[in-house]
Amino acid sequence: MWLRVSALVLRYLFLYRRSLARAGEIVFWPVMELLVWGFLTTYLDELSPKKPMVYLLGGLIFWDVLYRSQQAITLAVTEEIWVKNLLNIFLAPVSIFELMLATCIMGIIKSLLTGVLLSVLALLFYTFNILDVGLALVPFLICLLLFGWAMGMCTMALVLRFGQAAEALVWGVPFLIQPISAVFYPVAVLPPWLQVIAKLLPSTYVFEGMRTALDTGEVSLSLLGLALLLNLIYLVGAAAYFGWMFARVREKGGLTRLGME
Amino acid sequence: MPFEPGEWAPLGPAPGMVYSRFPKHRRGETGVPAAPVIDVTDLTKRFGDLLAVDRVSFALAPGEILGLLGANGAGKTTTLQLVLGLTAPTSGRIRVLGMDIEKKRRAVLQRVNFSSAYISLPTNLTAWENLLVFSRLYGLRRARAKILGLLERFEIPHVLNRVVGSLSSGQITRLNLCKALLNDPEVLFLDEPTASLDPDIAEKVRCTLLDIQHERHLSIIWTSHNMQEITNLCDRVIFLARGRVVLEGGPQEILDRTRADSLDEVFISVARSGNLHLPAVEATAPASAGIP
Ligand SMILES: Nc1ncnc2c1ncn2[C@@H]1O[C@H](COP(=O)(O)OP(=O)(O)OP(=O)(O)O)[C@@H](O)[C@H]1O
Ligand SMILES: [Mg+2]
Repeated sequence: MWLRVSALVLRYLFLYRRSLARAGEIVFWPVMELLVWGFLTTYLDELSPKKPMVYLLGGLIFWDVLYRSQQAITLAVTEEIWVKNLLNIFLAPVSIFELMLATCIMGIIKSLLTGVLLSVLALLFYTFNILDVGLALVPFLICLLLFGWAMGMCTMALVLRFGQAAEALVWGVPFLIQPISAVFYPVAVLPPWLQVIAKLLPSTYVFEGMRTALDTGEVSLSLLGLALLLNLIYLVGAAAYFGWMFARVREKGGLTRLGME
Repeated sequence: MPFEPGEWAPLGPAPGMVYSRFPKHRRGETGVPAAPVIDVTDLTKRFGDLLAVDRVSFALAPGEILGLLGANGAGKTTTLQLVLGLTAPTSGRIRVLGMDIEKKRRAVLQRVNFSSAYISLPTNLTAWENLLVFSRLYGLRRARAKILGLLERFEIPHVLNRVVGSLSSGQITRLNLCKALLNDPEVLFLDEPTASLDPDIAEKVRCTLLDIQHERHLSIIWTSHNMQEITNLCDRVIFLARGRVVLEGGPQEILDRTRADSLDEVFISVARSGNLHLPAVEATAPASAGIP
């Protein structure tokens, strides 16, 4: 099993080595984002006595971890469709689980690369140190990765089912989550009904927790536990959704269509 | 090689053409029918209202080359994909190498392989990187020697370190075939494998495949719109029309039975009428068949 998973990981690593455009996705966009938000917050810091910079930059870096984690999974499949390799993969003796695992590992690699890069740049340019979050950084990141996987599985299922038409969703779904997850502001600013939805998302607890940690240096273990629990539920749900969707795809002959057109 | 011109295949190659090295050597070697490597019974696939495959049954013997023929949309690709377990059948039973494809799909996939002119390997990786990844997916030992050997056989050793996107479609097709042979498959599924090749390369590819088939006693299912290719390669052909098997037998046998001059005639007749009406064929001689 590990030989096959590592073979798939190798396949995606080769891709990033060969294709500047794909590698740019790990470096270029996040860095541009950091620059915009960095300068914006520098300006805001001058205006406001409450120094919003730390929250915004922390939110940005955390957000990118979540986003890359989701993207890695879905992009792996869209990539195979683009290069007409989908059938080769699905006709190799690879299980869906192994494919998922490989893309999740890619998710970890991409998220960490981007995360480290942004953290270093934020420190250099804006003297923002992500390590100020403290020890909770590790469980926070794990929560984000897991939630990214759950979202990734759902968007991957959509791509397999609806092909090109769903590609917009691949990019879009995370941004559906973003405003509700209280990435850049506390949940409290949301209207009450949205707050209810926000509390159903594990990511919300991470972003809230991060702000509290930056403020007080303290982390609510119960909220962390809740986030982990929610993550588990979402992961199981996403896997079930994927399984169901994949059966529908096989029913409709979708793999052939995506693979040969 | 014991080739006697005129002994088989009226549309066959001129004497001296390379694939005539292998007149249908495989048939009737022992006379004892071995257990089929593929056994399909009453296979049906419905896409909504469309009956793409309709109660198809066939078997593939070890070492046999079976041609799957039929007009565009007849159901060839769908049949292949069903047998490979990519698409779920509406009903029917599929056994490959003695295993039920729905239950033992991965064990089957380890021992078979697929190639088509309509798929590719990742274009942004080199040939070597691609084949290395796939040899690991198939759990291959000594991958390097295997890869180099296959590239050599298909006469594309020079593409080893080139990015697939920079190769010609003929080179990509041959690279696909290298991938399809990496795991020493027992059954090979080829969906129009020579569709993008020029006649010269197509001929070479057929020869190489036949060589390998001969050495390993490989079983092949082959779809193609090139009737001459099918006549010369296949031990047996199946004609599909609107998802149904309408004709089955050895190429020569079919010609004898239908009193047609070539499989092209048979093909056109089947394609136009959905069944066999050879008088209709005679009325529309296949001058426009487009096969040299
Ligand atoms: N996924 C699908 N959903 C709906 N209809 C499909 C699907 N795949 C194939 N079909 C239909 O099933 C029929 C058989 O298609 P198939 O691709 O098997 O034909 P084919 O014999 O391979 O044709 P060609 O020679 O053009 O490759 C066609 O009418 C096609 O439109
Ligand atoms: Mg086809």
